[in-house]
Amino acid sequence: MSGFEPKIIGFLCNWCSYAGADLAGVSRIQYPSNIRIVRVMCSGRIDPVIPLEVFVKGADGVIILGCHPGDCHYSEGNLYEEKKVKMLKKLLALTGIGSDRLKLEWVSASEGQRFAQLVTEFTEQVKKLGPSPVSGKNPNLKILENLQAARNAASGFRLRVLVGREREITEKSNVYDEKMPQEEFDSLLDEVVEAEFIRHKIHLLTRDSSLPIKALAQETELKPDEVLRQIVAMRRRNMITIDHIEGTTPFFKALEVE
Amino acid sequence: MSKEDKPRIGVFVCHCGVNIGSVVNVPEVVEYAKTLPNVEYAVGNLYTCSSEGLDKIKEAVKGHHLNRVVVASCTPRTHEPLFRAACEEADLNKYLFHMANIREHCSWVHSKDPIKATEKAKETVKMAVAKAALLEPQTEPEIEVERSALIIGGGVSGMTAAISLANQEFKVHLIEKEEELGGKLKDLYKLYPNESLSSEVLTEYVQCVRSNGNISVHTSSTVKHVEGFIGNFEVTIGCEGEEKTLNAGTIIVATGAEVFKPHGMYCYGENKNVITQLELEKLMKEKRLGKPKNIVMIQCVGAREGKEGGRNYCSRICCAVAVKNALNLKDVLPETEVSILYRDMQTYGKDFEEQYKKARENFVQFIRYDDVSPPEVCSQSDGRLSVKIHDILVNDTLQLDADLLVLSTPLVQQEEAKELSRLLKVPVGADGFFFEAHVKLRPVDFATDGIFMCGTAHSPKTIAESITQAYAAASRAGIPMALGRVRTEAITAFVDEALCTGCGTCVKLCPYSAIRKDDEGTARVNDVLCKGCGVCAASCPEKAIKMRNFSDSQVIAEATAALGGS
Repeated sequence: MSGFEPKIIGFLCNWCSYAGADLAGVSRIQYPSNIRIVRVMCSGRIDPVIPLEVFVKGADGVIILGCHPGDCHYSEGNLYEEKKVKMLKKLLALTGIGSDRLKLEWVSASEGQRFAQLVTEFTEQVKKLGPSPVSGKNPNLKILENLQAARNAASGFRLRVLVGREREITEKSNVYDEKMPQEEFDSLLDEVVEAEFIRHKIHLLTRDSSLPIKALAQETELKPDEVLRQIVAMRRRNMITIDHIEGTTPFFKALEVE
Repeated sequence: MSKEDKPRIGVFVCHCGVNIGSVVNVPEVVEYAKTLPNVEYAVGNLYTCSSEGLDKIKEAVKGHHLNRVVVASCTPRTHEPLFRAACEEADLNKYLFHMANIREHCSWVHSKDPIKATEKAKETVKMAVAKAALLEPQTEPEIEVERSALIIGGGVSGMTAAISLANQEFKVHLIEKEEELGGKLKDLYKLYPNESLSSEVLTEYVQCVRSNGNISVHTSSTVKHVEGFIGNFEVTIGCEGEEKTLNAGTIIVATGAEVFKPHGMYCYGENKNVITQLELEKLMKEKRLGKPKNIVMIQCVGAREGKEGGRNYCSRICCAVAVKNALNLKDVLPETEVSILYRDMQTYGKDFEEQYKKARENFVQFIRYDDVSPPEVCSQSDGRLSVKIHDILVNDTLQLDADLLVLSTPLVQQEEAKELSRLLKVPVGADGFFFEAHVKLRPVDFATDGIFMCGTAHSPKTIAESITQAYAAASRAGIPMALGRVRTEAITAFVDEALCTGCGTCVKLCPYSAIRKDDEGTARVNDVLCKGCGVCAASCPEKAIKMRNFSDSQVIAEATAALGGS
């Protein structure tokens, strides 16, 4: 699509990357004007919910820039952000918007040139991907709903505690001197990301009207027994309840999650 | 102002002279700002940071009953404190202020596309207004400042700063990587322009430092690790394999510079008769010069290169150094021909022009070349040199014999500066020199509170200028130490007790151990220890932790305001 000017949101940490962007300015290095910059104190501040909400609202790309590993003003905020972005990319892939619209990079206060280069490259990358499927007048409602489900999943306890504790679980050992191997953690994370995404998707689907398993299986493109398995887990967490039964078919309805 | 008051936002859009105004259509941005929700007042200023501009903010806050202020101008990293102070003077809590960066992040980087730059400026203002509407007043905790300074670098700048602070009764740790104090003073011969001997000046300085009970000198020492923040730095230094930790309230960077060694240029490194100005001074100082008949000096060697990634800056001192050394040579060897090949002669500063005139009166030859046809040096088998030069003033090519060829090379940043920049988390510019917070507003401060700089670590300068800057840095560092307390940012985390389940994730994540669980198992944040990174809030499984001034809703409002067009 020619003439497409993507809207890119950049979250920049105050100490390194924002200063790097300032230096690009002082050095008059020219780069595409598509980026809109939001300053935060640390890249680690970027809660996964924030980029997801920005994608829900139609951003074509999100770039998070922090200090280089070892340079973080708050010692390791950037490394924690790396874990959040890893999880986010998994979620974004499930939604259908794709994981390439999100990027995490490191820029130091002295790297004005690098900042301009990263922004230029990312702008090109997003241009190639085209407009976000949920932006504009005719958003893809299915992907939009998926993004909302992803956002809700990212606000939930299960995913958050797993991501928040990843470095503790895989890098530092517990009181029994045990460390979880990275591969083992990653496959656990994959499993939880997928399950939480589907549960929140079912939750969204049954928010306005009650639906039977069959309809939910169709909407989520899952086998009915898999949907049932997720619903059992959701009932245990008070996310969903049986609204009514037609014949022998139960209809499920979402409960408000606190 | 109570939280319930409806936001009344004032927007001040800065032209910054031509810096913003020549690219961004400021009146258009102002008109656009007036259409934004909650904006009561919008105006353009030539310079919002001038006293006139600041007065306008104060008047508008009073006159239009504003309860939020947005300034669209430069980077908050330099100017936010100034505008916040103006808000405070108008009895507006300074955390009800927000900035839109339309200079560093807009007009300067999109200067070739005024339409897109204006579009971006409008949206940046829209984003700032969206966040401003959600801002809340905050109060700042106070912290104590340790009354000691740590100065890195024991050259003339570091020693000057150390003596100045020590005389104000502050304790000083002076860190020098070499075995002796002195830095470049150790190699210099006579000092410009009054011909005092470097060695005498050095002896006096070192004596002053060594005899001052408030100064602890740590030679053969380098900085290994830096922790903490203004008032409470913990610096680990390494000395001959041993490490020790020093506490300091402030830090001054006075690490100096190196002289560029022009290997591969004009036979330097191949012919021993090709040397740098500093090497010439060393020869004169040690009386090993001999009796060269013809001496040629070439200026701007490896400086003002005018190419990408090159040393494009003027090193400022080399013209004066060449004139000084030419006069010193004429003093000891009156018969010797001294020729200075220059691109531009810039003997700026007090008494320097007189020295230049004196050099001319003493028959030092000045020959001008341009960078298109630089001198060509030919090294003969007997070590003698000949220099071919196109004199652009007489438009003729000359052939000069030289027994000694002296190259004026620029000062360059020290190798170790990169590592120090990483340890202190302070920036260096494209030329490698340390980068001040603002060239006029905070010329010896780093953007990071409590860290200052002086001397040639910042940029090439003369000894007199280095000393002046060292006094400036010492005076700046003295302020928080004299007060004994500083207010810290109120941007900290707080826990919504109703939501906290006591899982302890935040306790493990906090890099400052600022979060503890109380007896009931609820997380509690220590405001003074908390530095406001927000890692805890971004990871709290129950979303029970909120960041002051950077709440989820504020960050999301600012970001999503950019979507959907202006």
